[in-house]
Amino acid sequence: MISRSLKTCIAVCFSPVAAVIRTDAPVLLEIRDLQASVEGQTILHGVNLTIRAGEIHAVMGRNGSGKSTLSKVLAGHPAYSVISGSVLYRGQDLLALAPEQRARLGLFLGFQYPVEIPGVSNLEFLRVATNARRDERGEDELDTFAFENLVRQRMSLVQMDPAFLDRSLNEGFSGGEKKRNEILQMALLEPVVAILDETDSGLDIDALRIVAAGVNELSGPDNATLLITHYQRLLDLITPDHVHVMAAGRILRSGGADLALELERTGYDWVDQELSRLGVTAAPSLAEVS
Amino acid sequence: MTSTAVSDLVSQPYKYGFVTDIETVKIAKGLSEDVVRLISAKKQEPQFLLDFRLRAFRQWLQMEEPDWAALGYPQIDYQDIIYYAAPKQQTKKASLDEVDPKLLETFDKLGIPLSEQKRLSNVAVDAVFDSVSIATTFKAQLAEHGVVFCSISEAVKEHPELIERYLGTVVPSNDNYFAALNSAVFSDGSFVYIPKGVSCPMELSTYFRINSGDTGQFERTLIVAEEQASVSYLEGCTAPMFDTNQLHAAVVELVALDDASIKYSTVQNWYAGDENGVGGIYNFVTKRGQCRGARSKISWTQVETGSAITWKYPSCVLQGADSVGEFYSVALTNNRQQADTGTKMIHVGPRTRSTIVSKGISAGHSSNSYRGLVQIGPQARGAKNYSQCDSMLIGDQAAANTYPYIRSQQSDAVVEHEASTCRMSEDQLFYLQSRGIGFEEAVSMMVSGFCRDVFNQLPMEFAAEADKLLSLKLEGSVG
Repeated sequence: MISRSLKTCIAVCFSPVAAVIRTDAPVLLEIRDLQASVEGQTILHGVNLTIRAGEIHAVMGRNGSGKSTLSKVLAGHPAYSVISGSVLYRGQDLLALAPEQRARLGLFLGFQYPVEIPGVSNLEFLRVATNARRDERGEDELDTFAFENLVRQRMSLVQMDPAFLDRSLNEGFSGGEKKRNEILQMALLEPVVAILDETDSGLDIDALRIVAAGVNELSGPDNATLLITHYQRLLDLITPDHVHVMAAGRILRSGGADLALELERTGYDWVDQELSRLGVTAAPSLAEVS
Repeated sequence: MTSTAVSDLVSQPYKYGFVTDIETVKIAKGLSEDVVRLISAKKQEPQFLLDFRLRAFRQWLQMEEPDWAALGYPQIDYQDIIYYAAPKQQTKKASLDEVDPKLLETFDKLGIPLSEQKRLSNVAVDAVFDSVSIATTFKAQLAEHGVVFCSISEAVKEHPELIERYLGTVVPSNDNYFAALNSAVFSDGSFVYIPKGVSCPMELSTYFRINSGDTGQFERTLIVAEEQASVSYLEGCTAPMFDTNQLHAAVVELVALDDASIKYSTVQNWYAGDENGVGGIYNFVTKRGQCRGARSKISWTQVETGSAITWKYPSCVLQGADSVGEFYSVALTNNRQQADTGTKMIHVGPRTRSTIVSKGISAGHSSNSYRGLVQIGPQARGAKNYSQCDSMLIGDQAAANTYPYIRSQQSDAVVEHEASTCRMSEDQLFYLQSRGIGFEEAVSMMVSGFCRDVFNQLPMEFAAEADKLLSLKLEGSVG
């Protein structure tokens, strides 16, 4: 038992990096020793991560490892407090900005569980959000007409029926419809850094393909994507340049796309081994799940 | 909710809280038969009206203040109130040029321009300042259509027969404690008369302004729509900020004859008191419409945002066969405000129908109750009612209550009631914020979404304003 875990660990540690990464591309997001808590409980215990333009990163890990907390802290959810550390977004102190300001500057969070907002029209919401981002970029506000053209065009990317525009925001949408609506928002907001939190959860294989195709379509040399996921199946469709394994609120291992494949084969048992070697116990937290 | 950024957004100061420095004529504090006679004499009223007042006053003396509403306030000293105050300018002027510029300025500041050049092009306005009406616009144009729109004092002089025929026929003087008080001492208000077959060519609107600090306001509004007539009427109200409570006890009566329709909208923004509940208006109002004729229709729309206490149940008595009553309400309470509001739909005639849509929003430490009665009488065969009561809670200190009463004496009536309560959650706000929408805009988006069904019923000119008003009132309340 022990020896197998050790072997796995060694195999993981020495996996070669598959993709060729440009190290001269500008850094978009630089997370340094980030510690954060929710409801008085420390969840992130010093996260380090550098994301450059053109890269796709995947953060993997079990429930309670701090993945979702990381995404919420980056987007500025008021329930989460930063204890220490820094996050630079294109050289700017991200943590000093209000959530809406982060969004306008091009940070996007695709939610694991998008909330329903009754009475607020999806179309109107999408238009206000798009115009807030356009305004920040010095572009003209789109009127109702121009926006409808744009939104219909972007909807085809995620194969969404325009009828969803007339509904209340996410209200009564199925899990898959909510996720497609998230990717639609991403397509409209054209983020610089997109964080997709468990975008694959609750999707059937067809929906997963549509969502993944959308993400691939939107990835380019000037932006970056951070995928947060449990499973390899999303990474079969979106190939990451970097894979990070998170446990007990820190990044335990980083590697290339093959690290994810390794995990798929061996599971997360080695993580406990590694953590006990480091003298840390993994404390699953409820906050991660919610 | 924990965000400090949110609680730092302190409530927008009440924008209409200024006092106009103008000389007023006030009578001494206190209420007695002599005071009632004095008010009537000041207004040079005919005998029938003095008799009406005195009868109401004697009834009031026998009555007790109601205590069944979910409201709490200290005992009101009815002898500590001034029952009549008027800007010193005795007679109503023939032209606006003669009105004290200070008064015109006051209404300008309130966003109700009265002068020829600036007035709203398709809305006629009656402006009531403390106890008297100071100006009514577009009177001549309306008169061409046979429409009477003037202050009720003027109507008493010029159309006494109409007043005598209709006053107190919908809300009898002994209807309730506050209606009796109003009937005894009412000062001014608006009168609207739409003759047979006329559809009123413009929106009518009355703007009520309390200015004096120790004065009660007791206005009386009467709207009569004859056969096939129709009218849309809107009232707005504001008051200065004082740290004492002021009493406002109004009565509104609507009469709709065969095939007539009356749409009555209110945007109520009396001073609500400060964040600790000091000061503000006690708004104790009786509003009732009578669908007297067959196929007549009365529709109430109210947006209640002000007052320290609101006690108000705009109602419809559906007497004529196939008549229709509607009640659309948004009631917003913040800080220490209390509201107990709703409606009564009294189905008397056959196939009468009513719709109730009530949206209550409670923020801060406020309390917001919906209280509604749907009564189906023995003759109301085939009557139908649909009620929907939704409450939205903001923060975790506010309260929302729903008290629906249904009494049916008809086996084939259909009465439906739906109710829901939701909380504006931090996660919903964060979702909108994470898409670049500012916090306050996010709050107002959610509130407008919640109130959409009701705002759609307001005259177009005022719907946007109501939307804005709610956002203002809620600033800083989510935290």
